[in-house]
Amino acid sequence: MAKRIEAHGVTAFYSSFKAIDSINMTIEPKSVTALIGPSGCGKSTFLRSINRMHEVLPGARNEGKLLIDGQNVYDNDVDVTAVRRMIGMVFQRPNPFPTMSIYDNVISGLRLNGVRKKSTLDDAVEKALRGANLWNEVKDRLPRPGAGLSGGQQQRLCIARAIAVEPQVLLMDEPCSALDPISTLKIEDLISELKNRFTIVIVTHNMQQAARVSDRTGFFSIDQTGDPGRLIEYDDTSKIFTNPSEKKTEDYITGRFG
Amino acid sequence: MATTTGVPSPPAAGPGEGGSLPRKRPLGAEMLFRGTTTAAGTMVLVIIVAIAVFLIWQAVPALTDNDANFLTEENWYANDNPPRFGIAATAFGTVLTAVIALLLAVPVALGIALCLSHYAPKRVATPLGFIIDLLAAVPSVVFGLWGRDYFFEPVQGLSRFLHENLGWLPIFGSEGPYGKSVLLGSIVLAIMILPIVTSLSREVFMQTPAQNEEAALALGATKWEMIRTAVLPFGRPGIIASVMLGLGRALGETIALALTLGGVYKVSFDLIGPGGTSIAANIATRFGEANEVGRSALIASGLVLFAITLVVNMIARAIVYRRREFVGGSA
Repeated sequence: MAKRIEAHGVTAFYSSFKAIDSINMTIEPKSVTALIGPSGCGKSTFLRSINRMHEVLPGARNEGKLLIDGQNVYDNDVDVTAVRRMIGMVFQRPNPFPTMSIYDNVISGLRLNGVRKKSTLDDAVEKALRGANLWNEVKDRLPRPGAGLSGGQQQRLCIARAIAVEPQVLLMDEPCSALDPISTLKIEDLISELKNRFTIVIVTHNMQQAARVSDRTGFFSIDQTGDPGRLIEYDDTSKIFTNPSEKKTEDYITGRFG
Repeated sequence: MATTTGVPSPPAAGPGEGGSLPRKRPLGAEMLFRGTTTAAGTMVLVIIVAIAVFLIWQAVPALTDNDANFLTEENWYANDNPPRFGIAATAFGTVLTAVIALLLAVPVALGIALCLSHYAPKRVATPLGFIIDLLAAVPSVVFGLWGRDYFFEPVQGLSRFLHENLGWLPIFGSEGPYGKSVLLGSIVLAIMILPIVTSLSREVFMQTPAQNEEAALALGATKWEMIRTAVLPFGRPGIIASVMLGLGRALGETIALALTLGGVYKVSFDLIGPGGTSIAANIATRFGEANEVGRSALIASGLVLFAITLVVNMIARAIVYRRREFVGGSA
């Protein structure tokens, strides 16, 4: 079940520094939403605010409301681990657990959920690795260390790890920035397939990538260094890249700024 | 150097200009550094071999004179004529006290280390970390004296309590008198190795890549689950190394044990009764009064201690090595 995400005035702080200011955004289920913008504009911070990973850093906190199917994940009595189990995340650099095998990496989320049954785990590993288009490459070496794979394979392993727990939403923080073009294409193909099952939000610096994979695009920017990041424009990807309403967006996508 | 173009030419003639390539310099800084490091590396081997040779050479006279079986004899009458001595009791005592000390110290040390690296706020963790490092530098004789004077009575009480409640266990079977015992020695030893194990494992835990911790948290791990998934597996080789360092210190500890063990030469698992001895404590207390054969006998026991630490270290290496391909950081 993919879910709708609604941000109402989501603001994020690093100690006293306001990193993003009052982001309002509605992300539809089973769609791919790309967040683009110059470095330091707060798009990653916003992404991490969706699954409450922002607050992991010392001194970091959020304000506003973030609703997943109508429920505010910032409510005080919400179990943050339940939020994160519902929202999978893929990071900029592939980060499989270095001490774990490929198999153990994929099931690490299930283990945390208390799944112990071997047959269930075996099925989940195959399903997740097939879902991440990695099964054929690694099926014969599941007990081998995950860190021994190539960068692109590691990133797909991380995607498999994230989708193995069947989340409702998948967040991707520049998932291809450490990968070569071929691995990048594989991940982009994968995103198009995963869209049928999950709501996907992807942060990217690569505008061609945003144009290729996303249905909707949000453009973030800052006025000057030290100011909080704002959502300048949020619209259908085709509109953003052909006929943006804001001058700033146009300047950015045409390469005149950023 | 003559040039026709007026452009300044490089100091050495380059290829194609008719000059030859610079020659390899056999006595350059490169070779000097290489030689120095190789010499330093070789030194380790030389020292180890020298120690082993010295110990064996000095131990042989007493071992040939010995009237008892060196490996199975418990008592130590090395000054007698004929000498009768063996390392059974001392070696056993050494390993027993060290193992109990490890059992007591390691869980606490890992707890402190995790608290400092992942739970305590930074302004508390940093000074506490310094204090732990400071504690690691306290000389063992201070621990020994402190343990003997301040722990003697509490451990007496603890021994009585253990005997009354768990007396059916052979290790707590002794009816007293309680005082200097394996338990007292082990506790003091545990406190002694606590800082070094804590300090090293804290260092290791703090090196856990943030991206692995975040990966665990993003999967919905609680803090403890994150530690179990990311921090502890990553720190495993480091934990083993720090435990082995603690064990090495415990095995070789001399004065603290000489002050807190009962000095009874008997192989026994009795922890609370008067008793206990160790190779190092035995050497320290007897070396002064030893005659020529006695000294040689003590050196023989030192050889055994040397062998024990060597074996322990090799086991530790083997454990770390077995999982080597899993310990490298991710890309």
